[in-house]
Amino acid sequence: MGEDVTLDLLRFTTAGSVDDGKSTLIGRLLFDSKQVFEDQLAQVAQASERRGGSGTLDLALLTDGLRAEREQGITIDVAYRYFATAKRRFIIADCPGHRQYTRNMVTGASTADVAVVLIDARNGVLEQSKRHAFISALLGIPQMVVAINKMDLVDYSQARYEELVEEFEAFARKLRGGKNPRRTATSYIPMSALNGDNVVERSAAMGWYDGPPLLELLEQVEVAYDHPGEKPARFPVQWVIRPSNGEGAGDYRGYSGQLASGALRVGEEVAVLPSGARTRIAGIDTYDGELEEAMAPMSLTLRLEDELDISRGELICHPEEAPAVARELDADVCWMAEQPLRPGGRYVLKHTSRQAMAVVDAIDDVIDVHTLERDAPPEQLALNDIGRVRLRTSAPLAFDPYAANRRTGSFILIDESSNGTVGAGMIALASR
Amino acid sequence: MEMREEAAVSIATRPQLSHLRALESEAIHVMREVAAEFEKPVLLFSGGKDSIVLLRLAEKAFRPAPFPFPLMHVDTGHNFPEVIEYRDRRVAELGERLIVASVQESIDSGRVVEEKGPRASRNRLQTVTLLDAISEHGFDAAFGGARRDEERARAKERVFSFRDDFGQWDPKNQRPELWNLYNGRIHKGEHVRVFPLSNWTELDVWEYIDSERLEVPSIYFAHEREVFARDEMLYAWREGTELIEGEEIFRETVRYRTVGDMSCTGGVRSRAATLEEVVLEIAATRITERGETRADDRVSEAAMEDRKKAGYF
Repeated sequence: MGEDVTLDLLRFTTAGSVDDGKSTLIGRLLFDSKQVFEDQLAQVAQASERRGGSGTLDLALLTDGLRAEREQGITIDVAYRYFATAKRRFIIADCPGHRQYTRNMVTGASTADVAVVLIDARNGVLEQSKRHAFISALLGIPQMVVAINKMDLVDYSQARYEELVEEFEAFARKLRGGKNPRRTATSYIPMSALNGDNVVERSAAMGWYDGPPLLELLEQVEVAYDHPGEKPARFPVQWVIRPSNGEGAGDYRGYSGQLASGALRVGEEVAVLPSGARTRIAGIDTYDGELEEAMAPMSLTLRLEDELDISRGELICHPEEAPAVARELDADVCWMAEQPLRPGGRYVLKHTSRQAMAVVDAIDDVIDVHTLERDAPPEQLALNDIGRVRLRTSAPLAFDPYAANRRTGSFILIDESSNGTVGAGMIALASR
Repeated sequence: MEMREEAAVSIATRPQLSHLRALESEAIHVMREVAAEFEKPVLLFSGGKDSIVLLRLAEKAFRPAPFPFPLMHVDTGHNFPEVIEYRDRRVAELGERLIVASVQESIDSGRVVEEKGPRASRNRLQTVTLLDAISEHGFDAAFGGARRDEERARAKERVFSFRDDFGQWDPKNQRPELWNLYNGRIHKGEHVRVFPLSNWTELDVWEYIDSERLEVPSIYFAHEREVFARDEMLYAWREGTELIEGEEIFRETVRYRTVGDMSCTGGVRSRAATLEEVVLEIAATRITERGETRADDRVSEAAMEDRKKAGYF
């Protein structure tokens, strides 16, 4: 508390199958960082006993919420957990590990700064872990920590650890290239979530490991919004403020939104897309006063020198660093609905603050969940499939490739009649 | 470390944005999305600390214009008088419109039946009053101050939480929320609950109140009042409260960590009389806000989940 202590915010995902010990890891992070409240612990202890537990606290139960899950003993939805240390505030998106819950993994990964992928030291690098790593990279999580867990069950063997690191590296190298994203920066940690080795405390049993324990690494790693000056400015207009109470304040016209990336300064020349109009920033307003400069991810209100009629859905940027504007896109789409995606399918597409209709022109490939290879064009994308799709939109979109900008490169597809969110898209490039 | 082709994770230099500012920005973004995509939003204001923060966030999101939605309070009739006084004062200060939906009226008109007995509470009745008010005014989105850290069933809540035309919540029917893209499309008769504070913790809320110098109802600070002990909690005694055999009224210095209906909100013994002291106490505390003081959650392990399925907040 107080102005001299600035905590920032880090979001990370955890993924792993039911037996990898992921929930135990989270429970350990919360427990050891002293964020778990006593009554939650009491609830968990009681539930643990009822389930016929061994007598030690089943930390995994801390993270299971819904009744159905508690009854089955598995996690079926993304759960958000919160904790803080003296250095940083954390949000954990705990994603279920089963293949049929790809949609939840994709959801949790979409805003994460770091992916924590768990591997069971006894079982090695399983398909599950590879899939999680793949999805994390596809969803643009900039950094990954591979936690090689249950080291206690392999006698804390350094040889075994290095074997697994090598195996994972080999897999990661294969992933790169072609249509797949760049390699994600990765670190490895040997640990035992059950015993607490290298989760919060350094492991006494693994002196050969000279890296930091997980929590320390998470406290230090870069947040995705760091270095806003290095990215092009992208300001999707979200809401127009035009008070009309006739007291002089009726002249005020401000364009509000959240800076998706980069920075803006008063006086700079900007372009409005897709119209292409040019103007200068007259002022950057917030409730707390005017700013000279604003950076992502701040929410702010822009005043412009010229009286343009800008509406929600348009994008403001620097003219020399403009995004692409097009009505035809190639995108990787994760399908999230029971009804499959087929060529000719028509959906509502939401991109930043803009909506348009979209039609599927073609499905170019689908990713095989076992091999993680891109297979020949399928007839359709089924629930939990991820594939490259060509779309045509009713209105032009101003976008960046997802690999360059997660906010201006992403979109969702909505079913017009059910209103459900049926697809998550990551733009690869303009088709033309 | 091992020799590898490419870099290990990058270490941060210094934080660009504090966590409170990051959370604030996200919440403002959510509120503006709702204003833009819904016809008739409403902000549910209880006078509790979370809804107090929501009001400040609404100011940050929409000023210098008026809020594009009214405020609404579902009044059980058993609210702490200090909270009602605060509510009225704050609304007047803001110059915004307040709708009061009255549980008493729902009782009088026969829409709900009041519980009887010493453990009676109007807490569950609020659901009917709320849904009736939403239907009567045609609200299609309602802002609430709920957070995901409050309770286990809320850990999986979305920021936009869909309610069907019975006002019910089906855990299997919630939409995936990716990036910061919210899908608010609904059919006629449906509505959405929106929780801009989803990612905030109790401590974040208090730190924000502190940093914004927001006024909160006095009951949040240590004060002496007449209470009685029941089920390991300290309840405020008010005229008309039924006591169980053996219970006694005594004066105690307490404060409230949460503001619910008087009949189901317990106080905690505390000497924290200022905002700073309250924040310190919470930072050190080990009991969750709801566990310590809300009788409504204790009924069963899945109590909140059951109530959400019925249309509660």
